[in-house]
Amino acid sequence: MQVFYYLIFPGFLFAAVAGLLTTWFDRKVTARVHYRVGPPWFQSFADFFKLMGKEVILPENAKKTGFLLAPIVALAASVLVATILGLSNWSYDNGFVGDIIVFWYFLAVPSIMIILGAGAAGSPLSAVGSSREMKLLLGYEVPFVIVITMIIFKAGSLSLGGILEYQLAHGPILYSLSGVIAFIVALLCVQAKLGLVPFDAPEAETELGGGAFYDYSGAALAGFKLSKAILFYSLPIFLITLFWGGVRIDGGIGILWALLKYILIVALITVIRNTNPRLRIDQAVKFFWGWMTILSVIAFILSVNGL
Amino acid sequence: MGLKTAALKKSIWVFHVACSPCNNCDIEILDLLTPRFDVERFGITLVGSPRHADALLITGVANRHVTPRLIQTYRATAKPCVCFLFGACSSYGNFFRGSYNVPRRIDEIIREEDPNAIILYIPGCPPKPEAMIAGVVKALSIL
Repeated sequence: MQVFYYLIFPGFLFAAVAGLLTTWFDRKVTARVHYRVGPPWFQSFADFFKLMGKEVILPENAKKTGFLLAPIVALAASVLVATILGLSNWSYDNGFVGDIIVFWYFLAVPSIMIILGAGAAGSPLSAVGSSREMKLLLGYEVPFVIVITMIIFKAGSLSLGGILEYQLAHGPILYSLSGVIAFIVALLCVQAKLGLVPFDAPEAETELGGGAFYDYSGAALAGFKLSKAILFYSLPIFLITLFWGGVRIDGGIGILWALLKYILIVALITVIRNTNPRLRIDQAVKFFWGWMTILSVIAFILSVNGL
Repeated sequence: MGLKTAALKKSIWVFHVACSPCNNCDIEILDLLTPRFDVERFGITLVGSPRHADALLITGVANRHVTPRLIQTYRATAKPCVCFLFGACSSYGNFFRGSYNVPRRIDEIIREEDPNAIILYIPGCPPKPEAMIAGVVKALSIL
């Protein structure tokens, strides 16, 4: 049953399909913002299968084991993230005490694997991308942890199921002043975690030519793309779980309402990505350690005072 | 036609290789990638690294300095890949043919590196974006 969970339903297969469709949705909305037609719905699948069929080039200077292991571990960790999240939303008893901390650890693993993989590639552009990814990770984790701690304190529970139960009893955390502030902070942290435009300095295509992914090709690149796609599906769901009462799949209207919340958050991420220029890495770190940390501390103080 | 070829035809990522062009073809290529023509509806995207690319858009003539770089870029591209020779210069040399600094044509250089290379020519000085789209679509239909 565990294998089924991991490989089929909330895990690999479902999350991959949902993630690739989310990536397509993001590209389509971007195209509509540019007043274009945009790619057809199967575009992300075509990209993925094409990359799977291509040659994997090993750079001459690369440390081969680390270089090839990184996308696999990143993919495994993001599938685990999707599985924990899906099971916690499916039934509130599925979790265990402290699963939000485990969840947070596994969320950091794809970024760490990008750092390691790009560092093992042995080319200057990858090295620059790797160091930027590391700085970005150090930047956004600080406000992200404060926000998660605030929610743990507010809900009085260390598990995702407990947070959902609290919201079932007291209403979503988003409908309070501290919740709104924390949601804004968490949304921008998610933007940075996904490597989307205001915070895409690690893979800056026009500047580093792909940055951290510069030397990846073929199936290894497909692994990273798929892991990003799965995160693009899980992180909006994670935001809904923390702030907006979770995805409840009881009855018809519940599914519809969950889908609406999900599409709204993905569209919000896409609009932020399309209306902002890329920040330099020092600006991004200053933004997270400055404004975002101050905002998250304010949210924390407000929530302790019951607002 | 297998899944691999079908997926490849629906998702061509291009890398722009400028081999000392006069910039005319490059301007037309940039026009082609703007929202007006919207090549993303065919799955065509510009990428920044030859390792991600499925197609090389080559413009200009290969002089002595550019030739080794062109060969390196071709080697760095993950196979299978397609080479599009845009413009008259890259297709057959145009009026630089036989010039002292242009020893060989681009297709000769690539064929020497890889005899099975897929090379497609879109002549014109410069080719219009419409001509480029027509050329790429024709090329994909015979792939």
